[in-house]
Order: sequence, then structure tokens, then C-alpha cells
Amino acid sequence: MIDTTHNELVTENGIAFSENVMLDLKHLKKVYPTPKGDYTVLEDLNLQIMKEEFVTIIGHSGCGKTTMLSMIAGLNEISGGNISVLGHHIKGPGPDRGVIFQAPSLMPWMTALQNVMLGVNQVFPHVAKSQRTDIAKYYLQKVGLEEAFHKKASDLSQGMQQRVGIARAFAIKPKVLLLDEPFGMLDSLTRGELQDILIEIWNKEKITAVMITHDVDEAIFLADRVVMMTSGPKAKIGDILDIDFERPRTRKSVLEHDDYYTYRKHLIDFLEH
Amino acid sequence: MKQSITLNRVTKFMGLGFLITLKSLFTGELDKEGFKNFLRKIVVPIASIFLFIGLWHMGAKSLYNIEAEYKIEKALTEQGQEAAEVMRACIASGDVSCQPNTLPSPAQVWESYKTLLRDHQVIKADKVAFAEKTAALNAKRVAEGKDPITYTGRPSFVDQIFTSLKTVFAGFLLALVIAVPIGVIIGLSKTLRSSVNWLIQIFKPVSPVVWLLLVFMIVKTMTKDSNSDSAFIISFISVGLCSMWATLVNTAMGVASVDKDYINVAKVLKLGPVQKVFKVILPSSLPLIFTGLRITLSVAWMVLIAIELLAQSPGLGSFVWEEFQNGAIDSNSKIIVAMFVIGGIGFLLDRIMLTIQNTVSFNKTSGI
Repeated sequence: MIDTTHNELVTENGIAFSENVMLDLKHLKKVYPTPKGDYTVLEDLNLQIMKEEFVTIIGHSGCGKTTMLSMIAGLNEISGGNISVLGHHIKGPGPDRGVIFQAPSLMPWMTALQNVMLGVNQVFPHVAKSQRTDIAKYYLQKVGLEEAFHKKASDLSQGMQQRVGIARAFAIKPKVLLLDEPFGMLDSLTRGELQDILIEIWNKEKITAVMITHDVDEAIFLADRVVMMTSGPKAKIGDILDIDFERPRTRKSVLEHDDYYTYRKHLIDFLEH
Repeated sequence: MKQSITLNRVTKFMGLGFLITLKSLFTGELDKEGFKNFLRKIVVPIASIFLFIGLWHMGAKSLYNIEAEYKIEKALTEQGQEAAEVMRACIASGDVSCQPNTLPSPAQVWESYKTLLRDHQVIKADKVAFAEKTAALNAKRVAEGKDPITYTGRPSFVDQIFTSLKTVFAGFLLALVIAVPIGVIIGLSKTLRSSVNWLIQIFKPVSPVVWLLLVFMIVKTMTKDSNSDSAFIISFISVGLCSMWATLVNTAMGVASVDKDYINVAKVLKLGPVQKVFKVILPSSLPLIFTGLRITLSVAWMVLIAIELLAQSPGLGSFVWEEFQNGAIDSNSKIIVAMFVIGGIGFLLDRIMLTIQNTVSFNKTSGI
């Protein structure tokens, strides 16, 4: 279990932060101007995510989960408060925060390999070309696409495309991995497969991950902590649930664990009230 | 079997799907569904062609009769009974001097088509003979640093076709070179887009004639001292300027409407501006750019004829105009031949562009 009560503060650039905190959201606020006046999506949202932690965020549709995630990614402007990665305030998007989007968002005219290489070339420009190719191929193998290196992205199934999306995100070795309901568009069988693949790579890389999901079981299976958000407007964090299962986990061991249904009940109670 | 699959693909790809049905007719692979297809795709179109020719024939005949009656009537009122009889006899005898001048019949057009081809053979032979005769002299002139003597005889119909094609491709290339880069730049910036929008909206509907005059004003002055072929320059620049708007607008639209997901990916990966344009924006807007280029080429071909006709630059347009001025007995049917040739070439050009468009389009369903 990760120690979330670590209190030893370090100061850098005038910002105090705990050494173990990877991602820090402070008094985060998002306001959208509308013709009828400002609409506040998020208000005074505070969340600290530790190094090597996997956090899932669950909440009703429209509560601002995706807004929050795209703010962390730097794709959406911050209206108030701040977000810092390892104590540095973020400015715009960057490859230190890899994103796996809900839609696979591959360039359809490129092959699977080219799609992964697009990121790898950008992040490791000084590494030899053959080595970069090896990195891309390694991650494509990890997601089970060794047969499909040279297939056009548009010729791949939705599930395969999302596998490439996972490979692309891990291959750039980000500090934080942001996942915006990455399996939301897949059928349940494929979703299960991809969860297994994701957790397998994650176990190896231990990249701090923040994942949005609608699926209670997915949230419990993957996470160290499940963050529950209240319904908008002015959404904030309603409750946080620590998931104390040991890693590496298997689906079977999780489902058979005594606490599983307690956790599940806790989440569903929150979502229903 | 595998071969036939590739044939199917290729012909469908080029929008020539009816060829498959034709092939299965000869190989005897026709089932009930195939027979229906055969009726729909081959029998009905051929029947419609015959119907068209039949209507044309009848129309031409009745126009001929009206014109003939009018001529006889005129002779009667102006010169009396006897002249009218002579005129009637003259028309019936098929004498060239008194034929009514009206819409030619399909048979006459076919005759003219053959005449034009024969004419081409004659001129070709003429050219070869000329080249042989002047070969020694030209070699000497070149050695002395003088310009060689070139053939200055009348161009044949086929020569005119190639001249027109050359002009249209030069104009098309000019449109491509101007419109695609500008379209990309405009598409990238919202501010730029709204600032040049008025210009595009005003110039887009301007008639080819006006473009020609504008280009004429500029080129006339610019080529004052040079002995270059200014008629060709004027017509290809006019063609390019008239036809580039579709590509410009489509490129700008394609670039401006790149899928937001791709842009987000580019942002997260922090791609530089050059990489962003060449790796993400251009490839994703290629289908729209090619839709624009396809429209541009067909517009270019359409305005080319009018521009050649006005600019007196050689080509099919001036062929049509000269035949019209000429007023010879087979001039009208030659004009109709030119009309069919123009239409046929326009159709072929469109098919070629469609094929290229389908090749570059990653989204196979969006091809039209």
C-alpha cells in the first residue's frame, strides 16, 4: 500500500510539495462562460496523487471528470488554482503527461508502428533510429500486436486501435498517464482483455496513472484509490476509497476477495445518493 | 478467380463498375441477379444512347426541312416561281452550294469525325516530310547559332486536342501550386481566414472572360520584350486563376476541420509546427484537398474552351470558333464532333482524378 499520509515537505521554486506526490491539484476551478452567465464545472478541487499510484475517478456523466483530466493534460485551460507535476506548475500539454483518449485517436493513414513512432521520435530525438523502432515494437508486442506492425490504423478493429493507443502512451515514457474512459467504446469482452493488458504493462512500468471510468468493477480492479466526484455543477471530490488488494492482481483473486463486495457497495452507494 | 477479384476492385475503384458486368456476360458467369445488373448497367444505357441518337436524327431532320422550306419560300418571294424550283432541285440534289445550314444529323457528324481524322493523317505526313526536308538545313542553322525552321502549317484537330490538354494541365498545375499552400495557411489561422474571406467570396464568382482580360492586361505588358508564346501564357494563367478557387476553399476547409482528436495528439506529443502540418494536418485533409482538385480540373477544362475561344490561342476552343466563323458546309458537324471530344476528355479527366482521390483517401467510404 502506498503511504498517502506522507507529510515531509520539500520546497522547490517556492512551492512546497511532498516528495512522494507526483501530481498535485490545488483549489482547481473551471468556469465555462455561457450566454446565461458563467457555468462553474469544478470548484475548489484538491487532489494529490502519489508516485506509482493508480487512481481511478468515478462519477456521474457530466460531472466534470473529463474536464479535470483534460486540464491535467494541458488541453483545457485552468480557470483558477493550479496543477503541478513533481512540484512544477504545468503550462500547456506535453509528453510528460501521456494521454489515452476515449476514441483511439490514431492517425488512420499511418501504420500501427508509425503511430507509435510518431511519439517516440518526438520524445527521444537523440536516440538512434533503430533503437527508437525497437522501443515502438517492444510496446506494440506488449499489447499483443506483433502481427500488426505494418497494418494501417484504419484497417484495425476498435479494440486493436486502442491497444495501439496504449502502446503509444507507454512508449513515450510519461511521468503521468491520463486515461479518459479508454475502454468505454469497447464491448465487454474486449474491455476485459484490454484491462488485463493495461494492468500487465502498468505493473512493469509503474507509471502514475489517473483513469476516468464509468465502470465500478473496472475502477476497483485497476486502482489503488478510487476517487468519487460529486455531481456538477461545482463538482468536487466527494469521497476517496482505498483499495487494499495486493499487486500484481488477477481478476479472479480480486473477485474472490472478501473486501471486493464491500468496496463495490461503497461505490454504488455513493453513486446512487 | 483471384485475378477477377482484382479486376473488380480496380474497375469499381475507378468508378467503371459496369465493366465487370460486361465481363461476366462473356465468361458466362451470369446468374439471375447478374442478369438484372446486365439489363440495368448495359442494356438500358445502350438503349438510351440509341434513343438519344434517334431523337437527334429526327430533330436534325425536321430542322433541315424547316430551313429548306424557308429557303425555297425566300427564293419564291424574291425571285419568283422558277428560282424556287431551281432551289428545290438544288437542295434535293445535295449540292454543297445550297444546303440549308442547321443542326447536323448524327450521320453527318460521324462523317466529319472521319474527315478530321483523315485530315490529321495528311497533316502528320506533311510534318514528317517537312522535318525530313529541313533536317539538314536545320542542323546547319543550329550549328550557326540560329533558330531552326519550324513547321508553321495548320494544326490538325488532334494537334488542337493536345494543345488544349497541355494548356489545361499547365493551368491546373498553376492552380495547385497557388491554391494548396495558400489554402493550408488560411486554414491554419482563423484570423487570416476571416481577413481574406471577402477576397475569396468576391473573386470566386468572377467569370472566366474577366479573368482573361485581367491576365491579358498584365501579361501583355510583362512579355513586351520577350518573344515567348503569350497566347499560351495568357490562357493557362486564366485557366489557373478561374479554377483554383474550389481547391483553395476545400483545402482551407480541410485544414480547418481536422479531427480535434488528432490535434490533441499532436499537442500532447508537442509536435513542432512543421511536423504538425506535414504529419497530421496535411494527411488528414488530403481527401478534401483532392475533392477540391477534382472540381478544379473539371472547371479548368470547362473554362479552357471559352478562354481559348476568346484569346485566340490554339486549342479546341479556337478550333470551334474558327469552324463557326468558317461557315463551310461541314463546319457545324465539326463543331459537334469537338463537343463530343470535349465532353469525353472531361469525363476521362474526372475519372483519373477520382482514381487518385480514392488512392489517397484513407477513409474508403468517403469517396464519391
